[in-house]
Amino acid sequence: MKYVISDVMTITKRQLLQLARIPEVLVFSTIQPVMFVLLFRFVFGGSISTGQPGGYVQLLMPGIFVQTVAFTLAATAVGLAEDMKKGLIDRFRSLPISRGAVVIGRTFGDALLNILVLTVMAAAGYAVGWRPTAGSLSIALAFLFLFMFGYALSWIGIYVGLAVKEARTVQSVGFLVTFPLTFLSNAFAPTTGMPKALQYFAEWNPVSTMVAACRQLFGLKNEFGATASSWPSQHPLETSLLYMVLLMVVFIPLSIRKYKNTSN
Amino acid sequence: MKSVIAEHLVKTYRNGEVKALDDLSLDVEEGTVLSVLGPNGAGKTTTVRILATLLKPDSGIATVAGIDVIKHPDKVRELIGLSGQYAAVDETLTGWDNLVMFGRLYHLGKAASIKRAEDLLERFSLTDSARRPIKTYSGGMRRRLDLAASLIVQPKVLFLDEPTTGLDPRGRQEMWEVIQELVKGGVTLLLTTQYLEEADQLADEITVIDHGKVIARGTSDALKKQVGGERLEITVENVDIAKTQEIVSRISASATHTDIRTISAPVTTGSIALMEALRALDEAKIHPLDIGLKRPSLDDVFLSLTGHVAEEVVTEPVKKKRGGKK
Repeated sequence: MKYVISDVMTITKRQLLQLARIPEVLVFSTIQPVMFVLLFRFVFGGSISTGQPGGYVQLLMPGIFVQTVAFTLAATAVGLAEDMKKGLIDRFRSLPISRGAVVIGRTFGDALLNILVLTVMAAAGYAVGWRPTAGSLSIALAFLFLFMFGYALSWIGIYVGLAVKEARTVQSVGFLVTFPLTFLSNAFAPTTGMPKALQYFAEWNPVSTMVAACRQLFGLKNEFGATASSWPSQHPLETSLLYMVLLMVVFIPLSIRKYKNTSN
Repeated sequence: MKSVIAEHLVKTYRNGEVKALDDLSLDVEEGTVLSVLGPNGAGKTTTVRILATLLKPDSGIATVAGIDVIKHPDKVRELIGLSGQYAAVDETLTGWDNLVMFGRLYHLGKAASIKRAEDLLERFSLTDSARRPIKTYSGGMRRRLDLAASLIVQPKVLFLDEPTTGLDPRGRQEMWEVIQELVKGGVTLLLTTQYLEEADQLADEITVIDHGKVIARGTSDALKKQVGGERLEITVENVDIAKTQEIVSRISASATHTDIRTISAPVTTGSIALMEALRALDEAKIHPLDIGLKRPSLDDVFLSLTGHVAEEVVTEPVKKKRGGKK
């Protein structure tokens, strides 16, 4: 047990080494979100009127940030499933290393990658006119929220990866979960145009609350929600925090337990 | 002293539908090599996975170096090395990266991990490829690196699960040399294989398993004896076959044709019988196309033990259904 930290660091370092050995992964995991920024900014940017100073890109950036960190779920799950398929997890499990180190290390590795991706996206956003107006502390808090959200989802990814096992299926499952979640939200368009039932879903959707929270922290008016009077719309910061804590409280022990009991 | 003991292991998949291990027992004497021989799906990998703490049996007990693998898996993990079919290395990383990483995971210090990695790379002739990603390695190199990874800390017991499956003959030969080298160093080794020749080459003792059960055990020689001793085999021109048959029947009571030009007969006197036959053939002016003593191959052993040749059986679930815990 005394080696927990060293074990976790070794596993995390392995993931960073992988990025160094195959830089393509790094390039593509940053190109995709940058592409989203550009597409949405220039395709929808002209046609969606927002009433916010600075235009659509101000509302868009928080949405794309959240969408991108939401994909951590799939990334973590796929990475873990691949390790299992290749027998690496069996190798790790035959070593005298602390329980949980392998999955904790992976969530750390994916979190570190997220820091890089968020940085690149922020730069891309800035280049196309994104200008957060809040104080630097508030902006830093927004990024901390994004980071933590990605980290919490990473733990669901661990569970999904262990449960589904087949990397390609994991990928599909990951996208099947994250795509509707990111689009049935206030991330890219107002929810007011959705059917009533979907509006309720969108309101409580953690992606919406995260997007709303980030918009607030970046200095925008809290809007783009459905019925502005609902609790999650009124309290996006609290709701998001609650979701993150809840996810971690449930999925960290669940995933670690699953890891211990899993074998191919 | 027994380094590995497995008693009455039972493991079923899909809620008992598929019996991977059916009351399997085996043991390995310290400092010796046991080969677990059997076709695909016989339960070899399941056995190794249980002994290497990766899988819990439904029932039965197992100890490695005297430690219960079910009750104290952590302690067992400190004493074993595992390599083979399912235990792998990180293919995107270099050989050097991998070995240093495993060194760290065995809790060697940083400098010690690097030193150990370099020693092992040297020992397995991988120094030149140390800085290349594993995915550029040949099959043989990959297996050697995999084996190196299981030797980071001198293991008390080494498990090699089908170490040469999928290798070309040259890769296999290299791997055998490496393993023989290890064995000379006195490691206790449990090796699974579907290659009869491999068991014959490497093992002190062989346990033959089929459908999750041990169907025979003993030394290679003992197993061969069990099937029958040596046979005298003579191949002659068609015209000489009747005469040859007569000569052979003077030496052995039950000479049989194996094909129209070959006569095969069990003999107990070995080379004496061979010389006797040669002399008689010479007197009769028969020049055999081929003559020799043939010891039964492990293929023969398998055939006579199981009634089928050592080929793939399809009872092992190819893909696990959801819900059935493995």
